[in-house]
Amino acid sequence: MSGWIDTFFDSYWGPTGLRTLGGLVAVLLPAGALVYIYLFKLMSFVQSRIGPMEAGPQGSLQLLAEVGKAFQKEDIFPRKADKIVFALAPFVVLMSTFLLVLVVPFGPDAWFVNLDTGIYFALAVSSVSVIGILMAGWASASKYSLLGGLRAAGQLIAYELPLVLAVMGVVIQAGTLNMQDIVLAQAEGEIFGWGGIGNPFILTQFVGFAIFLIAMQAELTQPPFDMPVAESELVSGYMTEYSGVRFLLFFIGEFATAGVFAMIASVLFLGGWWVPGIDPDSNLFNIVGPAVMFGKVLFVTLLIFWFRFTYPRFREDQLQRLCWKFLIPISLLNIVVTGVLKVVF
Amino acid sequence: MTAVSETEQLRYISQQAADARVNVEIETEGMTLNLGPQHPATHGTLRIIAKLDGEQVVAAEPVMGYMHRGYEKLAEVRTYPQVTTLVNRIDWVGSFANETPFILAAEKLMEIEAPPRAQYIRTILHEMSRIANVILGIGDMGVQVGAVTPIFFAFRDREYVLNQIEAVTGGRFHPNFDRIGGLKDDLPAGWIQNTKNAMEKVREFCDQIEELMYGNEIFQARTRGIGIIPADIGLSYGLSGVNIRGSGVDWDVRRDATPHGLVYDKADWKVWTHPDGDSYSRMWVRLQEVREGTKIVDQLLDDIPSGPIMAKVPRIIKVPAGEAYVETENPLGVMGYYVISKGDLNPFRVKIRSASFNNVSITPWLLKGVYVPDIITILGSLYFILGDIDR
Amino acid sequence: MSDETAVAETDEAEIVEVDEAREALLSELTSELADGLVESHVRAGDDLWIRVHRDAWVDAGMTLKQMDFGYFSFLSAIDWLPSPFGRDMNSQVDLTLTPSEDADDEAEAEPMETGVAGGETRFQVFARVNDITTGRAVTLKADLPDDDLNVGTWIPVYPGANWHEREAREMYGINFVGHPNPRNLYLPGDFQGHPMRKDYALLSRRIKPWPGIVDVEPMPGDDDEGDDS
Repeated sequence: MSGWIDTFFDSYWGPTGLRTLGGLVAVLLPAGALVYIYLFKLMSFVQSRIGPMEAGPQGSLQLLAEVGKAFQKEDIFPRKADKIVFALAPFVVLMSTFLLVLVVPFGPDAWFVNLDTGIYFALAVSSVSVIGILMAGWASASKYSLLGGLRAAGQLIAYELPLVLAVMGVVIQAGTLNMQDIVLAQAEGEIFGWGGIGNPFILTQFVGFAIFLIAMQAELTQPPFDMPVAESELVSGYMTEYSGVRFLLFFIGEFATAGVFAMIASVLFLGGWWVPGIDPDSNLFNIVGPAVMFGKVLFVTLLIFWFRFTYPRFREDQLQRLCWKFLIPISLLNIVVTGVLKVVF
Repeated sequence: MTAVSETEQLRYISQQAADARVNVEIETEGMTLNLGPQHPATHGTLRIIAKLDGEQVVAAEPVMGYMHRGYEKLAEVRTYPQVTTLVNRIDWVGSFANETPFILAAEKLMEIEAPPRAQYIRTILHEMSRIANVILGIGDMGVQVGAVTPIFFAFRDREYVLNQIEAVTGGRFHPNFDRIGGLKDDLPAGWIQNTKNAMEKVREFCDQIEELMYGNEIFQARTRGIGIIPADIGLSYGLSGVNIRGSGVDWDVRRDATPHGLVYDKADWKVWTHPDGDSYSRMWVRLQEVREGTKIVDQLLDDIPSGPIMAKVPRIIKVPAGEAYVETENPLGVMGYYVISKGDLNPFRVKIRSASFNNVSITPWLLKGVYVPDIITILGSLYFILGDIDR
Repeated sequence: MSDETAVAETDEAEIVEVDEAREALLSELTSELADGLVESHVRAGDDLWIRVHRDAWVDAGMTLKQMDFGYFSFLSAIDWLPSPFGRDMNSQVDLTLTPSEDADDEAEAEPMETGVAGGETRFQVFARVNDITTGRAVTLKADLPDDDLNVGTWIPVYPGANWHEREAREMYGINFVGHPNPRNLYLPGDFQGHPMRKDYALLSRRIKPWPGIVDVEPMPGDDDEGDDS
């Protein structure tokens, strides 16, 4: 009985298959949940309408209907499109999301890869999506797509900086780049000698958290930073020419990335899978951890989506001004202050 | 039908050549971006050809006519009462307001006057179509700057006004309710109180949208100082309505030259202006306009006189020969009809002076040097309806 | 019948008064434009029309702009030719589909009448400008001879005239001398003819005949109110 389980776990394909499955769940489950809870229901609530109600109870199966619809649609290639690049672009964007989720810990032992430079890896692979978006914008052979792709490139590269700098504060405080150790540092930390709730870095790194949220919003191209897709100007930006499954992939990519970024934010600032009151080494967290994580993800994404529903869109130059004139100086200051305090205490 | 003359042919060829040159320019330097005819921001089928240098507009040229329905020609073969059906479709968001000036022009030529009750109801409906129209314009501006929520609020609260218009006229969009010499019907029972409730809802909407949208820093950053129209330029382009009041020109046809047959002078209200002349000031004046509109409706509802709603008019309406021009302050600006009659059943010539046509004619001047995102906010703040441009 | 006489009576009663402001404006315009002003008409308490010579069209605009008429309302054209297709609306049957000799003769024999402030030619351009501070407005007209439909452009005076002139050009075939961009505004680039001219047939109306006047029978309860209840 236990024989084949051992062989399963010792073989290459066993754990790899499980990891793949886990990765898919970790990416798609939050994405689907976000689309239903926030995009369909919260957005409708904010805009005083009821949203989808027909498919399933309270419209809960609407998402499946949408996916089914996308699969039925024709996969259209513009005549002048660079076919290979056009076809690959959505996969490149989605690949970045799947690479991101690799380093996120869901419990003391529930992780895909435990890298010593986890957060560094995460920030590096998050930039891969820029390539996919540029590919989409260029290969579509459409002016709207091109403008959208260029805007996306400018925006994503600019906002990598405050994102990285905001993380620096956390890294200084935790003294490690390993995501798992960052969680443990928060669980075992103390606030002025009191360790009742550990030391979630949102308390000491509040400025960092705010900057991280804003930069994340921009990285996700959510309003008010949605110039790359600005539907009233550029129709749909780099996605204009996509239809069917490939559009669906972009769409999944958008919301899955929102979920994964929220996971990283909750690991960095909200204590990840850990909740106060339980020993962080307890095996219980391997079961509860993912659920705790999911709760924290919902909290962070609530902020993201609330901004999305409320705010108008920046202009491209205003966005860059915000980045270079406010976010980067403030985050640099944050690093200096954190470093000084780290040395003092 | 005249045949194409040689010069016209040559001109056509030269046009084609010019277009070809534009196309060549795309490949080499700059880029020509074609916004429309189907584009999310043009509410209808307006097309804007923008020559870009990066994201900056070098030259912008609106192209229209995708929706031209030839109402001036059609009106020549319709009887006077039938023309209102046509002109309803000019500004389809505030339809009743399109009928008023035409009916008033016909009444002026016939030298008859609607009974006081009809004049009051006319003014109320005129004002309500303004509210319904401008609310939508404000919500639409939200979409133009990328905030989706205001438009849903606008649709929600416009519904209260449309319901009231429907209750009295039977039509939500195209009332076709105005008649030469009065109105088709009297008000239904309970309408006055319901309308007051609707106006209360509209005022709540104004407060809500002021906080949600006008108070937002990003909205202000996107609209303040963008698309500035100096007063004298605006006047020489014939801008009217909110677009000229947003440039600080204190001129409102309702107050300064109310045509005979509307009773704006019976209500106490204020003409708002804003000195800046930018996109924000236009939107701001628009919001105040809605508030004043609700005040006018409330006051007029209080003192509607009783009496008939139709003057004595002949069964077959023949309008005596003459010419008359009547303009009213419509939701989009000043709308006027120059009616020439030869004593027939049908007008000899109707010149429709629609507000949006003049308002949009400033765009080539206004869009020079702005960025692509600002094209959208400027067009949104000018707030035009395609039917009002193309007629 | 009784209605028409009533209308005529009120007509006479109201024309008596004199509009001093508009008369003053007219005399000022007369002195400014001198020979350029051909004819004028004042409707007391309502409106002022002036008809200028074609060569004085731009000058008249310039003069008015200097006289604080800064607001450009509209510019268009009128074709005074009586419709060669007969007075469709007045006839019980469509004359063009069932042509009778009488009808054709009548249509051709019908004299061309021009409206307020007169006119000698078939085509007139007309425009309206406002002085928004005082609320005055002037409607200008200018005759254009059939064989030479040229008139100066108003764009240097009122830039807003640009699109109006393009519309008048395509709809009436009037050439505005000096217009920088005389392309079609509404019509397709290769459109033939000028649709707003009276001799341009409205094809849909030709194909589907007008059913005559629909509302000819008396409606119940209108003329004989007593029987209604």
